[in-house]
Amino acid sequence: MSDARPDPFRTRWLPRRVALLALVVAWMALLLFVPLGSLGVGVWTFGPLAVLDQIGEAGGWPALGRTVVVAIVSVVLNGVVGVAGAITLVRHRFWGRRLLDMLVDLPLAVSPVMTGLAFLLVFGRGGLAEPLLSALGWKITFAFPSLVLATVFVTLPFVLREVSHVLVELGTDEEAAAATLGASSRQTFWRITLPNIRHGLTYGSTLTLARALGEFGAVLVVGGAIEGRTDTATTFIFTAVDERHEPAAYGMALILAALSMAFLVVLERLKRRQARET
Amino acid sequence: MGIRVEHITKRFGSFVAVQDVSLQIRPGELSALLGPSGGGKSTILRIISGLETADEGRVVIDGQSVDHLHARARNIGFVFQHYALFRHMTVAQNIGFGLEVRKAPKESRRRRVADLIDLLGLQGLEDRLPSQLSGGQRQRVAVARALAPEPKVLLLDEPFSAVDAQVREELRRWLRRLHDDLHVTSIFVTHDQSEAFSVADRVFIINEGRLEQSGTPLEVLDDPATEFVARFLGEVNVYDGRVHEGFLRVGPIEVAARDVADGTPMRMILRAYDLKLWREEPGVGVVRRVLLLGDRVKVEAVLDGAGPLFAQFPRRSSLLKGIEPGCRIAVEVSTARLYPLPADPPGP
Repeated sequence: MSDARPDPFRTRWLPRRVALLALVVAWMALLLFVPLGSLGVGVWTFGPLAVLDQIGEAGGWPALGRTVVVAIVSVVLNGVVGVAGAITLVRHRFWGRRLLDMLVDLPLAVSPVMTGLAFLLVFGRGGLAEPLLSALGWKITFAFPSLVLATVFVTLPFVLREVSHVLVELGTDEEAAAATLGASSRQTFWRITLPNIRHGLTYGSTLTLARALGEFGAVLVVGGAIEGRTDTATTFIFTAVDERHEPAAYGMALILAALSMAFLVVLERLKRRQARET
Repeated sequence: MGIRVEHITKRFGSFVAVQDVSLQIRPGELSALLGPSGGGKSTILRIISGLETADEGRVVIDGQSVDHLHARARNIGFVFQHYALFRHMTVAQNIGFGLEVRKAPKESRRRRVADLIDLLGLQGLEDRLPSQLSGGQRQRVAVARALAPEPKVLLLDEPFSAVDAQVREELRRWLRRLHDDLHVTSIFVTHDQSEAFSVADRVFIINEGRLEQSGTPLEVLDDPATEFVARFLGEVNVYDGRVHEGFLRVGPIEVAARDVADGTPMRMILRAYDLKLWREEPGVGVVRRVLLLGDRVKVEAVLDGAGPLFAQFPRRSSLLKGIEPGCRIAVEVSTARLYPLPADPPGP
């Protein structure tokens, strides 16, 4: 602009603006770009193909597969339980509702390592459930079911909370309208409630998926990271670093980071679509 | 299909929303539940529809008790205050929903939806989502949706409150015409007296969970049964006094109080537009202010020995000739009503 009077505010504060911007960039670099970048650089210097080979040699692919299966099972289970739980907590009034509502956040509040330990105490050797489990011939701890159990617990709140918020905001008018039009409760759920909460459900499921892929502490304690049986993508990285298989560790970490980025993009799109529709 | 509501009571915790209300609604009539907000009108409507259950009393539709029936089995159309349109469905899908869940054949469903779209003037909007409609259009979609399954009864909860004043006037006329065409027994809830009187065949006045009065608009207007009704239906003057020799006298105003014992405290209520006043010396009062209220004029005066008096006239009324602040006036009361004085009179 060739204006005779430039914006005084702008000129005066310019140095501060630059300083603030530099600070933010430096902080982000320190926390985000440098670590992520060095992962990429690490993989690149070892050579991407060599890295893939190393992951295979160290038994990384079955571990990644296990993680993906556990994540998918968690999403499905917590999708169903989360929707049912949200409807129960938001739409019904019963004794102990407030307590239950509070307990739902417990998995977020306690350390996953503690969660794992608690599951060991219940399902492990000498645990409360041992007589029942041995009678049935089931083995849970240090076996695949424990991974699912721990991950489902840790990711319980996401769908439930997201769907609860949506349900509260929706109110009950549309459901009441469906009832006066002759819809059964099943028809009302499938035709009215579910379509209305679909964005919350997808959002919560994406959070669940991301958290399930990254879960470490609980699955380590309860599963023991036994190679070829209970190791997952995250425990694989841990073991690989420990055993000085850096290329395999870098590779797996980069894969998980890429997946997380993809989820972030999905979440952002969901948020934008939701904003458009309301 | 007539509706009988018999002695229903509904409590929410310790709050009594509806208290022993009985209503009798004749087949084919359009009735209004009128009263201030929070007085229990909507709760009565929801109890009739089955969305709420009464703690006591019963609802009889067409001679049959419906208390054991869920809302979905009552076949009652309900129009919600904020319409409650299904936001993910188009106009046509919304209207067809009630037929679809009843598994009506596709062809008859399509025809019925098309008929309703014609009836309610929604042509061209079939594929719009509710978020793409104006308030008045949403209202009509909500009515069409409620009418689609051919309900025995149509209930409307504050149907005009969510649209602006101009559209509201049009929608009132439209609802009355629609009712004259269809003759579905209908009840609507409103807190606006002009809405109730201009649209309804019969008005039920509800206050604090109780039925104050029912009747045709004229009956209620001409003969308010309680002090609340008299006060609710427009501006009034209130004077308290004691009966003496068969009359209640307040300043210059005298109203016959037959069969009331001497010394009984009574309250006199004079409607602002049931008064005549004209310029006269010495008169019985003095004009303080003259206010223009659009097509009406309000005169504020002070009556000797009684206190303030408010009167309303059409703007061109010949009675207003010479009326100006400071002038003396004579007053004639055409209709006054006496009510027993509440034991605990409300503060100023």
